[in-house]
Amino acid sequence: MITTRGDDRGSFRRRFRGGLILLYLRIAWYGFRRHSAYRSAAFAGAFTNAVFGILRAYVLIALWNARPGLAGYDLADAVTFCFLSQAFIGPMQLFGGGLELSGRVRSGDVAVDLVRPASLQLWSLADDVGRAAYLFLLRSLPPTAVGAALFGLVLPSGPAAWLSFTAGLALGVVVSFGWRYLVALSACWFMDDRGMQSLSLILTLFFSGMVLPLNLFPGWLGDLARALPWSAMVQVPADLYLGKRDILDALGFQAAWAVALLALGALATSAARRKVVIQGG
Amino acid sequence: MIEVQEVGRSFTVGRRRDRRTVHAVRDLSFTVGAGEFVGYLGPNGAGKSTTIKMLTGILAPTTGRIEVAGLDPSRRRTALARRIGVVFGQRTTLWWDLPLRDSFELIRHLYKVDRVVFRERLEELSSLLGLGDFMATPVRQLSLGQRMRGDVTAALLHDPAVLVLDEPTIGLDVVSKAAMREFLSRRNAEHGTTVLLTTHDLGDIERLCRRVMLIDHGHLAFDGTLDDLRATVPEEKSIEDVVARLYTGQATTGA
Repeated sequence: MITTRGDDRGSFRRRFRGGLILLYLRIAWYGFRRHSAYRSAAFAGAFTNAVFGILRAYVLIALWNARPGLAGYDLADAVTFCFLSQAFIGPMQLFGGGLELSGRVRSGDVAVDLVRPASLQLWSLADDVGRAAYLFLLRSLPPTAVGAALFGLVLPSGPAAWLSFTAGLALGVVVSFGWRYLVALSACWFMDDRGMQSLSLILTLFFSGMVLPLNLFPGWLGDLARALPWSAMVQVPADLYLGKRDILDALGFQAAWAVALLALGALATSAARRKVVIQGG
Repeated sequence: MIEVQEVGRSFTVGRRRDRRTVHAVRDLSFTVGAGEFVGYLGPNGAGKSTTIKMLTGILAPTTGRIEVAGLDPSRRRTALARRIGVVFGQRTTLWWDLPLRDSFELIRHLYKVDRVVFRERLEELSSLLGLGDFMATPVRQLSLGQRMRGDVTAALLHDPAVLVLDEPTIGLDVVSKAAMREFLSRRNAEHGTTVLLTTHDLGDIERLCRRVMLIDHGHLAFDGTLDDLRATVPEEKSIEDVVARLYTGQATTGA
């Protein structure tokens, strides 16, 4: 039970909030360390990401040699885009999963999480941010270094581009979390989230720009793809890196989707809490 | 400390045409006073876990009223969490990949326990439950008995007034089981912690519980002392046989 030790409400509230931030920072740090227990898996992932980066780069080189200036990218931009998207696979968890939540809903272990005096969603978010940070170090940097060594990648044009790229990367992780959280929570209604996971995989790979840059798609398909949340995970941060998009517009787009998905996630959490059978007796 | 009044909880299962309503708990009423140690028995599927989930605020009751430690669990779940400790024997609240100590440190932040108070409590629990040897071991490497001791510690670090235990001795060997029972009994006696215990191990009930409640088909089939329970089937000698009779509906008295 909380004791306020008689200070006034304001300072108590400040301390309380400070405590909450410390709590979620600690959870993020634990998420980081939790993933470091699987270092060899991360190395294997980094190796795969690098190899596929090289293969995809040659495909894009062929394409851009045939159609120079496609999608507003020159050849160097296109190869850079390719290695950036490879680097995003880990932190943005583009192949799905990354959250323990779906397994915990399926097994019923989520009951334990729901007893805690903390928000399930913020708890998961903090843990996921830790995961993303760890995978950024182990699965993003090495393949990018390989790409730079083999093909020579474009660098952001200056501090503004670097800063906006960093912000875009962070917002992309939040959008990715917001989406994956909803997918994981869907297990509460469908008893299992595997169907949703595979649907999510296809949507994410295609509409994020992972398969091909979204700027390539013409007409309404392109407009649609660029307006959907998945583009915040690859296309938008890559464009911020390459300086191809207005910074405020891009970050605003990502922030709007982050807020929307987190709000949906909060609604889904309370709906799940109200109606759902927690599995496993 | 725990008040349950005419509580019911139903679930809708199945899809479309074969949709039906299952009453996991119906018209359940009981009261548990401060400092009591109550055993909560029932066959599989009788509604024990549903009751526990409602008491801890994970599930809201469909009908009726619940109050635990002065709070309505489903409405004040977060506030309630600071006043109760919960152990699900088959699940863990500990961080799988991290040393045991880290889970406790997180719980200190989660429940906002003062650092000095926390250290004292952890030392006490650690010496009583013998956690010293594996405090730095990742949870996934702990034996079941060690993990369970860790989980019980985690549930008590914020010094809750009510402790809800869902099969805390499941899978433990005789020595670990005895140690766990000894610990729980002392906790109840020395701290006055109210304990509600569900278990399929009647040894737990015999050694720990002054009062036994038995739930069957979602409602209370028995509430009384252990001796009263034995008296319901006087011709049976062992408590196992008595309870088996009650579970299969061959007892002479109900309620």
